[in-house]
Amino acid sequence: MKKHQFDVIVIGAGGAGLMAALYASKTANTAVISKLYPTRSHTGTAQGGVGAALANEEEDHWEWHTFDSVKGSDYLGDQDAIEFMCYEAVQAVYELEHYGLPFSRTPEGKIAQRPFGGHTNNITGKPVRRACYAADRTGHMILQTLYQQCLKNNVNFFDEFQVVDLLVVNGAAAGVVAIELGTSELHVFHAKSVIFATGGHGRVWDITSNAYAYTGDGIAITMRHGIPMEDMEFFQFHPTGIYKLGILITEGVRGEGGVLINGKGERFMERYAPKVKDLASRDVISRAMYLEMKAGNGINGQNYLYLDVRPETVNKYAALDGRRRQDGSPYLMTGEEIIAKLPDIVDFARTYLGVDPVAQPMPVQPTAHYTMGGIPTNKYGEAVIDENYTVMPGLYAAGEVACVSVHGANRLGTNSLLDLIVFGKHAGLRAAEYALGADFQPLPADPTEFTKAQFDRIRNAQGNEKILEVSGKMKTIMMDLVGMFRTGEGMQSALETMRELRERYNHIPLHDQGKIFNTEMINLWELGNLLEIAELTTVCALARTESRGGHARDDYPKRDDVNWLKHTLSWVKPNGEIELRYKPVVITKFQPKERVY
Amino acid sequence: MQVTVKVFRFNPEKDKKPHYESYKLEAEPTDRVLDMLEYIKGYYDGTLSFRRSCAHGICGSDAMRINGRNYLACKALLKDLHSKRITVEPILGMRVIKDLIVDMEQFFSHYRSVMPYFVNNEPPPPQERFQSIEERERFDDTTKCILCACCTTSCPSYWANDQYFGPAAMIAAHRFIFDSRDKAAAERLKILNDQFGVYRCHTIFNCTECCPREIEITQAIGELKVAIITGRLK
Repeated sequence: MKKHQFDVIVIGAGGAGLMAALYASKTANTAVISKLYPTRSHTGTAQGGVGAALANEEEDHWEWHTFDSVKGSDYLGDQDAIEFMCYEAVQAVYELEHYGLPFSRTPEGKIAQRPFGGHTNNITGKPVRRACYAADRTGHMILQTLYQQCLKNNVNFFDEFQVVDLLVVNGAAAGVVAIELGTSELHVFHAKSVIFATGGHGRVWDITSNAYAYTGDGIAITMRHGIPMEDMEFFQFHPTGIYKLGILITEGVRGEGGVLINGKGERFMERYAPKVKDLASRDVISRAMYLEMKAGNGINGQNYLYLDVRPETVNKYAALDGRRRQDGSPYLMTGEEIIAKLPDIVDFARTYLGVDPVAQPMPVQPTAHYTMGGIPTNKYGEAVIDENYTVMPGLYAAGEVACVSVHGANRLGTNSLLDLIVFGKHAGLRAAEYALGADFQPLPADPTEFTKAQFDRIRNAQGNEKILEVSGKMKTIMMDLVGMFRTGEGMQSALETMRELRERYNHIPLHDQGKIFNTEMINLWELGNLLEIAELTTVCALARTESRGGHARDDYPKRDDVNWLKHTLSWVKPNGEIELRYKPVVITKFQPKERVY
Repeated sequence: MQVTVKVFRFNPEKDKKPHYESYKLEAEPTDRVLDMLEYIKGYYDGTLSFRRSCAHGICGSDAMRINGRNYLACKALLKDLHSKRITVEPILGMRVIKDLIVDMEQFFSHYRSVMPYFVNNEPPPPQERFQSIEERERFDDTTKCILCACCTTSCPSYWANDQYFGPAAMIAAHRFIFDSRDKAAAERLKILNDQFGVYRCHTIFNCTECCPREIEITQAIGELKVAIITGRLK
């Protein structure tokens, strides 16, 4: 066992983690621990843009961005936090530019912006160009830029270290335990502040845009220490995943004029969102797609639809919508422009579908995409561990693992990258500030006790179960029964299956008993996380007898503000029981009303 | 269809030297080599070790040598390999740690040595620094790099001497040297004007051919050579 001591440790090296590290390291001795090399983090796969009302392309205001995000959240987002994020957004994006981020440019040399789902001009209700982009690899450029700046600022990195436990002493965070993947050696990181920036858990579902690494580690680790999770029933399904594979096709495709087409050749979103059509929010579009496919309107009656970004299609519907360029000329796209603005999408479609998107439409289906819920925090990234907003000293979370809540029941596109940079920054600042004024908590006699017990169980499991069969069953059941549409009956049955799977999980033998890159052992640990999260998600979803944002129930199809305008807090008790409590939504300016796009 | 996947295996805790294992499995033409490796790990041998994460060619974790050429395993589809026999080996020129996992430290150390970060110490304006569409386009290609190491580990000059910075590090330098906003081009060019720098590139084009991001790597290195000689940065 090796011991390390830092003022601040950051777990995860995606956008939120690196932003936190960059800021914390200005004043505090900071280390980043990541199970991947930092540039492998999932932020890198984000495509379309980061939302900020720069008004570079047309009139826009951060207040409009705030309202759009509140409405997008189906009124479950906390409005004080959303205001904070949208106000901070503008400066945060300039800051990224000052760090060297190569944004695409307008003819005047400013940061280029494109329309995105749910982002509107609040007066006309029409889509507004708010997503600041670097072609269709905005996340890649954010990840690279932040990693580069961290190198420049000599941030300490522990790459390919899997954090497996949080140390809690005297009710405060005292550090973490990690496994060095190359050697299986245990490392204890003693710290005053611990920032979780470990991302989401989209690997719970079968069709997913999420990386293999997205196994909910931060949520699983913290909930085992009695920290509640907020709004775990809310998980976003993105409308356009590549058919069968789930690989994401950015909403930017629709921002540039692409449309969704059903098996009858109809642009069906006209019926579901008459004003903004294909640029409605994701929950609305994914549900519309589901209903179309259920009604037999999939392509050839199958479970997919077309995303069509061929120039002739784009230009036809742009003309019907009366869309114009900034200089007032009609909106006409050529194939070359589409390829230039969406090079990676063209590459994905060619590689994985064998389809050239400027010549053929792309087969798509909704794909599991984003964790709205997570570790409850305030807007400074401090973990707040009950309905009275009690702060747990030394514990922070930022990015997809956290629930501030700025996304409520449904996140708007471009707000995830924004969330990373705004709350990553503030979590880093606050964690460093706290660390400078606090003492280290004493470490327990054997800080690795829980870790050792956990991994002894994994190493010594007896039985004939197979990891791919247990994970496969979890994914398909969660997709079918706790996915885009849910019913009480279906979820009850899913819950029983998850509990069976947790039992079967204990009988998956570990074939690799070695120490060097034992990826089988780590994958098994990750599957344990996913199973616990799948169960928690299902319990929270079963309890919420309404439909809101990403949580849509056939048996309770309406939003119910009288009973359910509140956040779920869920605790996993030491005996495995799950306790649910609730806390109110913070409402400042916008009273809930019906959502129409 | 049935395919045979022959995989390079080496477990330093058990094996004196590396060997190959062959696995027969059913696969669809659209399956990725990564899918096959996952299947082998799940059903034949849990000890098989490799890196992977995003599984769609962006994170850069799973660079491997597949039928003799470097690919990302998640971007190599069976139908594109035109063979039912697939050989999977670790990328060359780096120490093999276990199976398909190699030691990346030297690779990242070369990356870090070229100042791969934006430098401009002038106080920034309140809004963005302006950059024209053309200036932005000048270095667009090299911003795509995902540090997968396909290029560097396909380069015979790198195989001959791993002190050579290699294509990936030079691509990182190029991305900043040709960025109109950056102020440290001269320093980076000085670093690359070294016996282990740009002149080790003998325009063999292996890097360009296998780059999963389709970056014109050899051309970019050529531009660095010209910039060192002429001082021109346009």
